[in-house]
Amino acid sequence: MDMITIPAVNMTPILPEIFLSVLAMALLLINVFIPSGQKSYLGYISFVGVVAAGVLVGAGWGAPVESFSGSVVQDNFATFFKIIFLLSAGLAILISDQYMEREGCNHGELYPLILFTVVGMMLMAAGTDLMTIFLGLEVMSVALYVLAGFNRANLKSNEAGLKYFLLGSFSTGFLLYGMALTYGATGTTRIAKIAAIVGQMTVPSANIMLVAGMLLMLTGFAFKVAAAPFHMWTPDVYEGAPTPMTAFMSAGPKAAGFAALLRIFLVALPTLQVEWSQLLWVLAVLTMTVGNITALRQDNIKRMLAYSSIAHAGYALVGFAAGNGTGAAGILFYMLSYTFMNIGAFAVIILIGKKGEANGTVMDFAGLGFKQPALAVAMSVFLFSLAGIPPTAGFIGKFYLFSSAVQKGYIWLAVIGVLNSAASVYYYLRVMVYMYMKEPTEDFEWTRITPPIALSLLISVAGTLIPGIVPSVILQFAEQAVKLI
Amino acid sequence: MENLNSYLIVSAILFSIGTIGVLTRKNAIVIFMCIELMLNAVNLTFVALSRHLGNLDGQIFVFFVMTVAAAEAAVGLALMIAFYNNKESIDVEDINIMKW
Amino acid sequence: MLGAYLPILLLVIVAVLFGLVSIVLSSLIGQKKPSPVKLAPYESGCTPVGTARERFSIKFYLIAMLFILFDIEAVFLYPWAILYKKLGVFGLVEMGTFIVILFVGYIYVWKKGALEWE
Repeated sequence: MDMITIPAVNMTPILPEIFLSVLAMALLLINVFIPSGQKSYLGYISFVGVVAAGVLVGAGWGAPVESFSGSVVQDNFATFFKIIFLLSAGLAILISDQYMEREGCNHGELYPLILFTVVGMMLMAAGTDLMTIFLGLEVMSVALYVLAGFNRANLKSNEAGLKYFLLGSFSTGFLLYGMALTYGATGTTRIAKIAAIVGQMTVPSANIMLVAGMLLMLTGFAFKVAAAPFHMWTPDVYEGAPTPMTAFMSAGPKAAGFAALLRIFLVALPTLQVEWSQLLWVLAVLTMTVGNITALRQDNIKRMLAYSSIAHAGYALVGFAAGNGTGAAGILFYMLSYTFMNIGAFAVIILIGKKGEANGTVMDFAGLGFKQPALAVAMSVFLFSLAGIPPTAGFIGKFYLFSSAVQKGYIWLAVIGVLNSAASVYYYLRVMVYMYMKEPTEDFEWTRITPPIALSLLISVAGTLIPGIVPSVILQFAEQAVKLI
Repeated sequence: MENLNSYLIVSAILFSIGTIGVLTRKNAIVIFMCIELMLNAVNLTFVALSRHLGNLDGQIFVFFVMTVAAAEAAVGLALMIAFYNNKESIDVEDINIMKW
Repeated sequence: MLGAYLPILLLVIVAVLFGLVSIVLSSLIGQKKPSPVKLAPYESGCTPVGTARERFSIKFYLIAMLFILFDIEAVFLYPWAILYKKLGVFGLVEMGTFIVILFVGYIYVWKKGALEWE
């Protein structure tokens, strides 16, 4: 009997994923076997686990390894994104406890679900096979559907979960169909092989199956990163989901979507760049404009930040449309800084909020500058960065993204981007006007700041300011990361 | 296999039926069934292509799509039950506290 | 070539014969004392009352959901089962890992009380 030879399996590239999966399963069991009202300790364990996974991931920097017959890699590109995912998860864990306790839904399952989401995202960034990327995407999405609807007793959270589920799995259908057609056109699901086969085609754009596959995949991912015109779910889901999960969703999964998009389009389909670059041009303009214009008239702060997150996806798409090294590095840098500034802003929203998601409007920030100066300063830093005002990371990121468009010759795209960015200043600064120039409408009953939230705010402020003042360090890493693709 | 095209056409039609169903139906469970139809259309495409190309990657993909669809079904049903418990309806017209 | 299918043909014939013979024999030999209850359509031993489109408990959904999950995962077992010997120890370890992960899910479901009917 002839044995099937098993190809050499090197577990190094997926060691952090294995570690986090095992930890998540252990936490699930701990949660059911040691029942107690206090679930915070699960949060602490998972935070330590995320930090440990970060060390494991960081150790792989600069040491590319390929495994599982080339369906998973450990390269700098994946490592950079994995760090972003772990940061977003770590910060989300820190800001969860206080909120979940207030809303009465501190179920222990929260932390394993966050960890599973991270595992999915990490596989998306590390996957070099359409199959791996799809599996990563689904591990992430299925866990996220639950997280969006995590507050079972709250109707808004139910709605958010259900909407996210219906539209998310709808978009998965398109993505999969795209993958199927790409497989049909090239006969393989390995990204590297697709690139080789498409590279040999004389006129790849004449291959209808390939072009249709590309378009469908683009549609599917556009849903996931909330790009217009596929952004309809975003505001509702972000508004209804528990606030810490909104923060998490807007940072990690968006970055994961971009990681997969970059890997598929820049590595597998660079020969079709002329075609997809024009499409992305239109998508970027639409996304920025729709996001910013709708955000202008939002009073609910979570909804406002949801539209703002659509706009930010648009800025990142500018770099993607440029499709050069600067653009890709810009996306990496921007996703990292966006994680800090956005989760930071949501942490402040959690502190302002009251039980039952009350106090969630821009007006509720009135007088914060006098009552809680430190918190107001932190919020101002985040808002400055979101608006793209120096010396913050948001400014450097936008500068990098728009200059990549100029390099590519898309002057108009850069101009539209800058105009959009200017328009966005209005709604970010509106919050600051309330914080510093209006009197509080009612008696300000202060929520205590617990140590975890304080830590998350500190990390976020540092992460927003330091890359803004000394951008070269992070930019160097980002540039090294995109060299491989 | 000469009749690859017929398989691809059938799956494209199934996929379109699913898409139209998602866009026009009102009941969340029916919408989800339409999504399942889309996924199964994709599975048919994969299997037909895999057979045509003579390589097994497509069929392995189908295994994963099937299991993932099951996981999605479980999560989706759970979310629908949670919604139903609070609202006594799974009509998407009733998913309307926030502007849709 | 078709000879390979002969056992299946035999099995089909035996199955049909067994069914026919038992029905015919019991109707020939058996006693017949019909009563309204006995003539009612058989429904798992329950008395068939009310409409068939009755609402049923949400608990069925939970069981159905769990069934779908654990049932579908079995598709991964079939290819492995066919190549079990050729895959050797590696395949066994891989599949063991897979089953352990499923088992963790099972323990979770069990401890959560999702399998209790009351």
